[in-house]
Amino acid sequence: MSKPEAQRERPRLAVFKFASCDGCQLSILNLEEDLLAVGEALDLAYFPEASSDMKPGPYDIALVEGSITTAEDAHRILAVRQQTKVLITIGACATAGGIQALRNWADVEAFKQAVYPSPEYIQSLSTSTPISEHVHVDFELWGCPIDKNQLLRVITDLVVGVQPRLPGDSVCLECKRRGNVCVLVAKGIPCLGPVTRTGCGAICPGMGRDCYGCFGPSEGERKGPGLPPNTVSLATRFHRELQLIPVEVMRRFRGINGSVSPFRTESEAWEKKT
Amino acid sequence: MLERDERIRIMATASETCAVLPSADLQWLLDALSAKGYRVVGPIVREGSVVWETISSVSELPIGWRDQQEPGRYRLEQTGSQEIFGVVHGPQSLKPFIFAPREPLFQIKRSKDGFTTSPTLPQSEKVAVIGARACDLAGLVIQDRIFLNDTYRDPYYATRRDGLFVVAVNCTRSLQTCFCASMETGPRAKRGFDLALTEVDDRLLVEAGSEAGRDLLSNLSLSTGSEQLSAEAVTRIDACAGGQVRRLDHSRLPQALYDAHEHPRWDEVAGRCLACTNCTMVCPTCFCHTVEETLDLSRQQTAHARLWDSCFAQEHGYIHGKNIRPTIKDRYRMWLTHKLASWIDQFGTSGCVGCGRCITWCPVGIDLTEELPALLTPGTQPSITSQQLEGT
Ligand code: SF4
Ligand code: SF4
Ligand code: SF4
Ligand code: SF4
Ligand code: SF4
Repeated sequence: MSKPEAQRERPRLAVFKFASCDGCQLSILNLEEDLLAVGEALDLAYFPEASSDMKPGPYDIALVEGSITTAEDAHRILAVRQQTKVLITIGACATAGGIQALRNWADVEAFKQAVYPSPEYIQSLSTSTPISEHVHVDFELWGCPIDKNQLLRVITDLVVGVQPRLPGDSVCLECKRRGNVCVLVAKGIPCLGPVTRTGCGAICPGMGRDCYGCFGPSEGERKGPGLPPNTVSLATRFHRELQLIPVEVMRRFRGINGSVSPFRTESEAWEKKT
Repeated sequence: MLERDERIRIMATASETCAVLPSADLQWLLDALSAKGYRVVGPIVREGSVVWETISSVSELPIGWRDQQEPGRYRLEQTGSQEIFGVVHGPQSLKPFIFAPREPLFQIKRSKDGFTTSPTLPQSEKVAVIGARACDLAGLVIQDRIFLNDTYRDPYYATRRDGLFVVAVNCTRSLQTCFCASMETGPRAKRGFDLALTEVDDRLLVEAGSEAGRDLLSNLSLSTGSEQLSAEAVTRIDACAGGQVRRLDHSRLPQALYDAHEHPRWDEVAGRCLACTNCTMVCPTCFCHTVEETLDLSRQQTAHARLWDSCFAQEHGYIHGKNIRPTIKDRYRMWLTHKLASWIDQFGTSGCVGCGRCITWCPVGIDLTEELPALLTPGTQPSITSQQLEGT
């Protein structure tokens, strides 16, 4: 039997930041009036970007922004996991390593030398890795930044007590529901929508632009069964009919979610052809 | 099919159902529809194609534009002419007007001793769509059979359908991707329209196809169509049919496609297909949908909506504990087999009306008129069938 409404304890929510730009946390603050409802339904126990009143764990729900790029953070995420019931990664950085994962193909030492006057103070790992490579993740919210309505939906589902639904369909499905004209077909722009996960509302094609894959690969076996998107066929189309040269095809797939399979394998295949 | 002379005679002599409207006066028709309380919708140029949009003036229509369509490619070009209906079609058929991409179905609210459910029917609205093609109408007739049949009448679809007034345009120009002639659905609108226009240079031949259409036509008090003009219209429509470069031979369907269930071509096309769903979204007849529940943080209510879905989507083939169509091959086979074969068993007609949209709007240009013949040509049969593999 569930408790009567009045006696129900509010779930405790925490928001943690790792290597990231804070844009996804800002999406939470951008919930505007819905933020008040979130504040009523949940106890915002730990959210340094919003309040200096930081209460200790344990937490029912933790939203984790950012990737792991330092030894210290690799340690800190273990502690976050320990005091959290449901851990949700928010954004491309936490879910896939983010744009900073481009370092995974490069020499981080050389970057340090080139950028910082005293590189010896920089303590950084040579890779940027998603949270799921370090601890168990319950739900992943993709996007750079996340879609605030998708976040609200997931939080609401958890508060009410149903399994959050995060479809792995392609962006095209939502693009067509919205009545957008396909930029790939009508303008010959290399849109990544056919292999990218839905969730954003197909906003880029809605503005006449191509999707650049910020919600990561569609379907896949990451969370539950599914098929890896056919990046090979799309990449071949980009090259043969849309006349992208191999390095351009490589860059298409090596973006915000470049280090995640199968975008990674696709970009590496085209790198070999450059 | 009626003999040519017979068709000209019918077009020209039924004076109350056939009239001439100078193209320059098309605005009369728009105004007459508005006066009858219709929201007038027509194709307008947007982002390199045309989409349906509310219009008030003929000048908003794609005057002088023409579309070129080929597998995976759509381009518009301005010819500088005064042609009003030179663009054959964009990605949308009539489907979004009647089978809405996102349709709220009902709301559930908590009450003192349980909950109450209230349907959220769409507001009934009179909408007149100008510029639908014969294939769109054929699609409409098929969707009617799905949503408004003897055993089930979908109230959401019915509400939208009741308010729909269709001004069709007979095609006098085919796209490279059109094959309605071989599907016997076009290029001339056969049924399902209220008015049908045929653009002949600077004149529009107007025919009524329903009581509402006849009513509107009599209000316009136009001059009667001449036999000469009707003959010219028929000539152009026939030329359009004759000029179609694609065709689909459906004479051996459905059985031949069932027999091709293990054909190696399915693997080949699966290598190209993205399972992106575009072909099903643009298809005038596809009716699959999923449902979505939107809960409320206050825990007091929930809204239930239906959304367009596709057999290419992950969850479409998901039954308890198992996805019965895990691979792209399974999904492409599902789509083509339903469209061209099992649709016939299910609804007594093909699920394809030959509009060519799935060919044009496929990001990798997969063409069913090319796939079907390949699948019906005997290929190397695999030595063991998938049924055997699954141990059934
Ligand atoms: S614009 Fe992009 S997302 Fe939209 S249908 Fe085309 S390929 Fe898919
Ligand atoms: S369309 Fe693509 S790039 Fe744009 S927000 Fe959506 S997923 Fe990101
Ligand atoms: S072809 Fe696919 S999406 Fe279309 S109606 Fe059939 S099962 Fe549904
Ligand atoms: S299957 Fe393709 S050509 Fe046939 S009606 Fe559907 S979209 Fe048109
Ligand atoms: S046939 Fe084309 S449009 Fe259809 S799912 Fe495959 S790639 Fe997408």
